[in-house]
Amino acid sequence: MLNVIWLALMVFGVGVAAFTGKAGAVTDAAFAAGKLAIETIIQLAGMMALWMGLMKIAEKSGMMEGLAVVLRPFVRWIFPTVPGNHPAIGAILMNISANMLGLGSAATPMGLKAMQELQELNPDKETASEAMCTFLTLNTSSITLIPGTIIALRAASGSVSPSEIVGATLVASFIAGIIGITLDWLVRRYNRMRGEAKRR
Amino acid sequence: MMWLDTISLWAIPAMLALIPLWGAIRKVKVYDTFIEGAEDGLQVAVQIIPFMVGMMVALAIFRASGAMDLLARMIDPITSRLGFPTQILPLMIIRPLSGAGALAVTADLLKSQHPDSYIGRLASIMQGSTDTTFYVLTVYFGSVGIRKTRYAAGVGLLADVAGFLAALYACNWFFG
Repeated sequence: MLNVIWLALMVFGVGVAAFTGKAGAVTDAAFAAGKLAIETIIQLAGMMALWMGLMKIAEKSGMMEGLAVVLRPFVRWIFPTVPGNHPAIGAILMNISANMLGLGSAATPMGLKAMQELQELNPDKETASEAMCTFLTLNTSSITLIPGTIIALRAASGSVSPSEIVGATLVASFIAGIIGITLDWLVRRYNRMRGEAKRR
Repeated sequence: MMWLDTISLWAIPAMLALIPLWGAIRKVKVYDTFIEGAEDGLQVAVQIIPFMVGMMVALAIFRASGAMDLLARMIDPITSRLGFPTQILPLMIIRPLSGAGALAVTADLLKSQHPDSYIGRLASIMQGSTDTTFYVLTVYFGSVGIRKTRYAAGVGLLADVAGFLAALYACNWFFG
């Protein structure tokens, strides 16, 4: 998919330049952008190091576990098909906590572990279970507490107030999360009602 | 509203002090651990260089040639009805597909529009309120051999659309 989009940007871009007579501008822009990309990374790298360094301390001092305790009742509530003491719940909790804290590298292994545990409970090994679909919705629409990388990128781009978007991001990701989980719940309910109608 | 502004202002200073302090209380070797994480951070920065170059060059060509203006004129009736600025469209297309790609698009927007402009803020908020849905779906389902993903992609994409709209709403509310 990305291959298609990238190709389209390049080919359409140059194609349009042929009509607008901006071939020279395209050459300049392409080289300037290559340079700009590296400059952005250099400005970003120090802040990424700072951020990930802090988050490593957070990870080792059990911040994920702390957040997991708070989230446990909620997660048990939205996974009615998973037994409360099943290891899947623990893995889901750790994945969501890591995601909320922006610990991308810690989130993925926990997420894959959660999928394995959910697969154990899944009767049809080739078809996604309801719990799996709920987990992926929760994972992709979970609340962002501190968007560290974006703050770093804003600072690198010369923002006067790089962290001013934290409040708005919190609100937006909270709304998106609620909508995602509600949609998932509605689909589950709809499927159940349709299933019952068929049996009748 | 006031307290959310306070969170924005104090989020980083509070973390700079409280995370190491909390780590020390929990008997973590804070400096050694910091170095370990910082190393990972640098590695991530290096890993996204190719994405940055590829995406920023492609977008620069697309913009400099006038193709972006052409596209904007074509889709403006749709996006302006929803209230989205057309410049944000590439981010909305790439966001569900690739995290590093989306970061590069945002970097391009922040550089070309300024991070404190309306579009710069909106792009920043969108990054936090949506996710790389298709990527996560592929990796997570692929890891356990699920072929039929049922409604997961549909719900995930709708949640992303909700995230885009929520970002727009929050941006107007905070900075409008």
